[in-house]
Amino acid sequence: MQQKDFWLLPDGIEEILPDEARHLENLRRTLLDMFACWGYELVIPPFIDFLDSLLTGSGHDLELQTFKLTDQISGKMLGVRADMTPQVSRIDAHNLKHEPPTRLCYVGTVLHTRGDPLEKTRSPMQIGAELYGHAGQESDVEVIRLMLEMLVMAGLQAVHLDLGHVGIYRALSEQAGLTKIQESELFDVLQRKARPELQDLLAEYSINSDLKMMLMKLPELNGDRGIINKARQLLSTANDEVKLALADLEAIAEKLAVHFPSLPISFDLAELRGYHYHTGVVFAAFVPSIGREIARGGRYDNIGAVFGRARPATGFSADLKTLSLLSKDSGQKQQSARIFAPHLDDGILNEKIRDLRARRQAVIQQLPGQAGNAKELGCTSILEKDNHHWVVRPLD
Amino acid sequence: MLTIAVSKGRIYEEALPLLAEAGIMPVDDPKKCRKLILRTTRDDVQLVIIRATDVPTFVEYGAADMGIAGKDVLLEHGAESLYEPLDLKIACCKLMTAAHKDAPSHRGRIRVATKYVKTAQRYFAGQGIQAEIIKLYGSMELAPLVGLADCIVDLVDTGNTLKANDLEPRELIMNISSRLVVNKAAMKMKNQAIASVLDQFEQTLAKR
Repeated sequence: MQQKDFWLLPDGIEEILPDEARHLENLRRTLLDMFACWGYELVIPPFIDFLDSLLTGSGHDLELQTFKLTDQISGKMLGVRADMTPQVSRIDAHNLKHEPPTRLCYVGTVLHTRGDPLEKTRSPMQIGAELYGHAGQESDVEVIRLMLEMLVMAGLQAVHLDLGHVGIYRALSEQAGLTKIQESELFDVLQRKARPELQDLLAEYSINSDLKMMLMKLPELNGDRGIINKARQLLSTANDEVKLALADLEAIAEKLAVHFPSLPISFDLAELRGYHYHTGVVFAAFVPSIGREIARGGRYDNIGAVFGRARPATGFSADLKTLSLLSKDSGQKQQSARIFAPHLDDGILNEKIRDLRARRQAVIQQLPGQAGNAKELGCTSILEKDNHHWVVRPLD
Repeated sequence: MLTIAVSKGRIYEEALPLLAEAGIMPVDDPKKCRKLILRTTRDDVQLVIIRATDVPTFVEYGAADMGIAGKDVLLEHGAESLYEPLDLKIACCKLMTAAHKDAPSHRGRIRVATKYVKTAQRYFAGQGIQAEIIKLYGSMELAPLVGLADCIVDLVDTGNTLKANDLEPRELIMNISSRLVVNKAAMKMKNQAIASVLDQFEQTLAKR
């Protein structure tokens, strides 16, 4: 690296400058405060962890995305977290061991070796909430509501919710007796809704023609609420798990409509994001002009089993940097007023400054011989002596 | 507003009748005007005509809601972040390996010239052949003639260019045709508009 390149940052790594940083930090505090009001307690998992521990559960798909190094003390492989959910699951399963439902939230930087092909960043700031210890739709509804409230708080407009259920494909592939290889081949084409390829693949498999038909229909089962009834007809010979999943989806959508009457909800029964660890309903939030989801989550029961305790679990996460960027676009911006104070050894002045700062006002004190004036420092008012008092006067 | 990205050239020409059946006809002719965004006879649909390799990128980012691109381009791009619900069965050709007609069949490590680097790597790995891939942007047929590569991977339509250069097609990698691709977010948020275009395309295809 030549001297002139010292400023250069690695691909997908960024600095956040004052304006954005203030906005992002305000949003972070607002969101954590809101999570706290819903009873979600903040946990701070470590930035670095044993690799084995990181790659459990939802971390399974992240082996390639995790930065790895060798621990000089234990000789074991360490990883920089690429996802905080496995860590939070461990906290619930191994450390807290509460019997009643546990509500946890978290925020922190995660690193990705390759970055998302679309987002390009390799250092998202993951924010999320998880609810452990309840298996019903009510807990799914709670975390989806919390996710939506988060987007409202961030000032995002025209949010769209998409619901799916990985149990449908899982039940169908079980019923069809697909091998592991077949299941993952189909998974790949279903993720792309590649109907021509799906047809070719199914033609090769020796499975019941009824099930072939149902699997073939999956990529078409997306759209508004009417899809659920269409699915009931098309998947009528599927086993009970599919019927339960459909009933779940319908009930969740109904309950959400009570809280968010104007929220557009769509269904996609071939949506298999996180198929390897999700066990039930999956959901994602979209906004116009962004070609991918901005927040996502779902049910992932029994993930804590590897840490000693299997519990039902559901939760969501998002990238705080993305949310901050989007909410900035929506015009929510606060620049706090700053007050300029002269540099003087004056007891009354010092007291006044202390008093203003205690009331959370920003006071910038002049430095002797400094360059620039109050305005150039972004101050909108100045402290001036009036008889024996110091008063704040607006700058013209 | 629905934006459809279409690959320039042959795919655009062959997609026009399909689009027309769905009531989408460009008002501007891309050959005559220099506009990049073409209005159509449907107020709610516009077309962008772009380089084939850019189509998946535009659609992936949501800059276009749908796109029409060759399967060769999608394979090379890696299209996990797109939906590809329809095979439009237009601009059909074959992705093949080809070599000089007198060249012996390959043994051991071979050199392959192609613009489909990832696809070629995947194909030869699947065949158990170690291949060194040389990326070229055009005139693939030249590579075996001047000793740059043992064989090439390229699209073959009539095979005339190969024949004229003493090459012959060898193994079929895949049959190629154009696919309709859809942005994932658009599929959810503009479901009705997209589903109706999909339906119309499907009906037209069923009639053919």
